[in-house]
Parts: sequence; structure tokens; C-alpha cells
Amino acid sequence: MAVESNVMEAAGPYDRARALSAFKVGDVTFYWITRACAISVLLILGGIIVSLIVGAWPALREYGAAFLWTQRWAPSADPPVLGALGPVYGTLVTSVIAMMIAIPVGLGIAVFLTEICPIWLRRPIGLAIELLAGIPSIIYGMWGFFVLGPFLANSFQPFMISVFDGVPVLGAVFAGPPSYLSLFNASLILAIMVLPFITAISVDVFKTVPPVLKEAAYGVGCTNWEVVRNVVIPYTRVGVIGGIMLALGRALGETMAVTFIIGNSFKIQSSIFAPGTTISAAIASEFAESDGLHQSGLILLGLLLFILTFFVLAAARLMLMRLEMKAGN
Amino acid sequence: MNPIYVSRRRNNIIVKFLCLGAAAFGVTWLALILFTLFYNGITGLNLAVFTQDTPPPGSTDGGLRNAIIGSIMMTVIGVGIGAPLGLFAGTYLAEYGKHDKLTSVIRFINDILLSAPSIIIGLFIYGAVVIPMRGFSAIAGCLALAVIVIPVVVRTTEDMLGLVPNPLREAASALGMPRSLVIRRIAYRAARAGLITGVLLATARVAGETAPLLFTALSNQFFSLDLTRTMANLPVTINNFVQSPYAYWKQLAWAGALLITLTVLALNIGARILGAERTSK
Repeated sequence: MAVESNVMEAAGPYDRARALSAFKVGDVTFYWITRACAISVLLILGGIIVSLIVGAWPALREYGAAFLWTQRWAPSADPPVLGALGPVYGTLVTSVIAMMIAIPVGLGIAVFLTEICPIWLRRPIGLAIELLAGIPSIIYGMWGFFVLGPFLANSFQPFMISVFDGVPVLGAVFAGPPSYLSLFNASLILAIMVLPFITAISVDVFKTVPPVLKEAAYGVGCTNWEVVRNVVIPYTRVGVIGGIMLALGRALGETMAVTFIIGNSFKIQSSIFAPGTTISAAIASEFAESDGLHQSGLILLGLLLFILTFFVLAAARLMLMRLEMKAGN
Repeated sequence: MNPIYVSRRRNNIIVKFLCLGAAAFGVTWLALILFTLFYNGITGLNLAVFTQDTPPPGSTDGGLRNAIIGSIMMTVIGVGIGAPLGLFAGTYLAEYGKHDKLTSVIRFINDILLSAPSIIIGLFIYGAVVIPMRGFSAIAGCLALAVIVIPVVVRTTEDMLGLVPNPLREAASALGMPRSLVIRRIAYRAARAGLITGVLLATARVAGETAPLLFTALSNQFFSLDLTRTMANLPVTINNFVQSPYAYWKQLAWAGALLITLTVLALNIGARILGAERTSK
């Protein structure tokens, strides 16, 4: 017994010191590994910006600011003439139309799910909407190309064209001929795609409303609609706008859903039933076969898209953060 | 009845119907898309899809074997690179950097990367990997997918570690455990289901990504396991086949689309079940 305890006494401090120093080394290593990984997130953003600027530099030097308001896109001309006006116009128009459809519908579904729907139906519908968000965008694109495009060209488009024929401004917006490939078709697919994002975020945001506020409003006899309009919406306005901006960021940069059905025409036409193109569709369909100045021009388009989405997404995040702070207090 | 009551009730009913209509509208699209996908996909789905390589133009036999295997490889490698990186970064944000200025900057940038257009990621990898390597390669595709995985995993890891109750950590620290062991042995274990959910969601996100692969991994008509050369993958193959004039290619595209969608839905539902288990405990 005595011998054993002597051994342990002798070994104890030694083992202890060794274990402690191993802990210390492990601790410091783990700290620096996690910190390095966290900083790599910043490096990725830096890498994206640097590589886009480097790639876009030749085109930036060649065309300068005129790139923004030149409509002609002739990469095979000599020298090539490249202008971003067509794709930028297409990107903005498709996103705006998509949001015009998706915002009311998305908010409507969110209100339905949080206030009106019977409890047992909430989960299945919520799940269906969230699964819609998970479907890869190429499936939407494919479906739009094979199913939605022909359907719209044969039914909805001729109807709208005949209704607005001869009306001053709208007549030009809804001008024929109907087409499988058009800005409007792309917008509708985009709307279906961003719908789940708007709904999911709005539902989350609506849930931050303290139940006491809603119960008080119901208690004095408000209807569902009055509670939504006078309590829920005012309380969550910032968050809802943040969610909408987030969806807008998605719509601006969406590629595969749009590329198949927008028609890839760089010419700007007044009709939304005419083919057009967006920044991402132009990059997706031309980049792999491009070189030299043409490629650089496409990267410059990418840089424009990145700047555009960066500001939209940054604004969205700031708004959502404001709501989170409010909910936290 | 008081006319004000009547109009209030009427407005309420109108709005209820509009909301119901909106929900029906949203669910209808999902049903329509899934219906066409299954209807067209199942007719194209047979054993040859899994055992033969993509056919040359005009041919009417062949499958998607090379594209399926390429997709699985690139997704696994992409997640394999991105997930640990994201996991550690999320750990830093949740455990070490709670009161660090750097944390809020990183969180903000990460949230922006989370929704950044994936085609921009493709351009970035093209400039950073494809040009220096002088050619399209599967590894460039993997890296592009990894860049998409990272922000998703960072976000879920930070959220999930944030849900681990602090007394657990305090108890472990009181026993003399060093910080890194508290995180690895206690926090990771408590949040395990959530962390796996995050990785599954990230996998679902990249499994169908097409845009960043268009000019990084490109595609390949033949079977190849060489990471330094172009590799066939389902999304880009679908992209090429959809716009082709051949009926058989279109049929294969539908079959491939069905495979991708089923995979993504399965991953999403798996992640959800895991998440639900976590909260019910």
C-alpha cells in the first residue's frame, strides 16, 4: 500500500502537469482553428470582390461608364461592342413584376397560416410551402420551359393582348405576338420561386407579435382582418419589408429558373411578352464559350449584379436585425 | 344589425377568402410542378438510366450513370470541404466571439453570402481556380459548391449552439474542463441533431445547384472520376438536354430532374424530422 501511494504521489503532479499542458495546447489550437475559419468567411467575400474586379478590368477600361447605358451587345463585332442596358433592364423588370405578384400572394398565405387557417391544417400547408422553397431552381426553369411557357403563350398572353389592344400605354406593354420565351414568363416563374421565401419569413416575423397584443385586440371585438391590419402589420412592418428585400435579392440573382424561358435577346422592347434577358441569364448562356473582352464584359455584368444584390441584401439584413432587437427587448 | 358591423364582417370575409385564395394558389403550383415532374420523370426512369452513360446526340439509348456518380462525388466533396469549415466558423461565432466586434461583421457578411446569387460564386471560382489551373475541372465545381455550403452551415451551427443551455457549459467548466473540451464534448453533443440538420440542409441546397457548375465543372459526355478534368453532373446535363432537339435527351432530362427533386425533398424532410426530434425532447 505504502509503495503504491508513493508511486502515485510521484506520478500525480507529473501527469497533472502533462494533462494541463495538453489541455492548454488543445485549447489554443481549437480557438485559432475556429477563428481562422470564421475569418475565412470574410476572405471569401474579399476573394469574390477581387476576382470580379480583376476579371472585369479589361472591359471596365475599354468601355468605362458608357457600359451602363449602351444597349448594343455585339461580342463578335470588331471591335466588340458591349453594353449592359439590356440585361440590367431585363433584371429589373422581371424582378419588379415577380415581386408585384409574389408580395400580395406571399403575405396572404402568411396571414392565412397565422390567423385564419384551422390549426390542424397549418403544419401541412406550411410544410408544402417550405418544400416549394427547397426545389432546385433548374426544376422551375425546366417546368417553365416545357409547361408554363406554352400554356401562357396559348391562353393568357393572347387574352391580355386582345384586352389591351389600342389602350394607350398598356397596349404597348401587353403587345403581341405571344411568345414561349418572354420577360413575363420569366417573371411568373420568379414569382413562384420567391413566394415561399416571402411566406416563410413573414410567418416567422408575424410570430414575434406578442400574443397579448393580439388577444387584447380580439378581446375588444376586432375581426381577423382588423387585427392583422392594425396590430400585426404595424408591429412587424420592418421585418416584413426586410423579408421582401431578401426575396428581391433572390429574384435579382436567380439564374436557372430564368435562363430557359427569357429568350436571350439583348434588345429592349416595350412589351413584356417579348423576349429579353437578365444579367444572370446572359452570363449563364454565354460565359462558357466566351473569351477576351467578351468574357471580361460578362464578368463586369456579374460585378454589377453583385453590387446590386449586395446593397439589397444588406438593407434587408439591417431591417431584420432591427426587428430582432425589438423582439429581444 | 348595425351597418358598421355588417361592413366590418363583410370586409373580414372578403380578406379571408383572398388569403384562402392565395394559399390555394401557392399550393396549386407545388402540386402542378410535382405532378408534371413525376408524370414525365417516371416514364423516363428505368434501369438503363442508372447503368449507362449519357448518350451521344441523336442516340436513343443511354442513361445518366456518369452524371449521377459525378453529382454524388462533387456534392460529397463540396460538403466535405464546406461543412467542417462552416462548423468551426459557426462555433467561433457562438462560443468564443459573443462579445467581439468581429463577430457581428462576420455574421452580417455571412448572411449576405447566404443569399448571394450562385452564379456570382461560379464567376469567383472561375477566376480563382479555373484560370490558374488552365482548364475546367471537377475540383473547381466542388470548391464552388463548398463556398455555397459554408454560409448555410455557419448560420445553422451558430443558431443551434445558441440553443444549448448555458448551465451545461458552466457545469462542465466547474468540473475543470478546458473551454475547447466543453465545446467539443458538451455543446456539440447537446446540439448534435441540430448540427446534422444544418449539414443536411446545406447538402439539399447544393445537390441541385446548376449555375455555379456551368463554367467550373462544365460537363462530360463520358464516365470520369478524375477530379482535375471536367466531370459529368446531373444539373448541367439536364441544362444541356432540356434545350436540345432530341426527344430522348428531353426524356432523360425529366428523369434526372425527378431524381434530383426526390433527393432534395428527402434531404429536406430528413432534416425536418431530425429537427422535430430535437425540439420534442
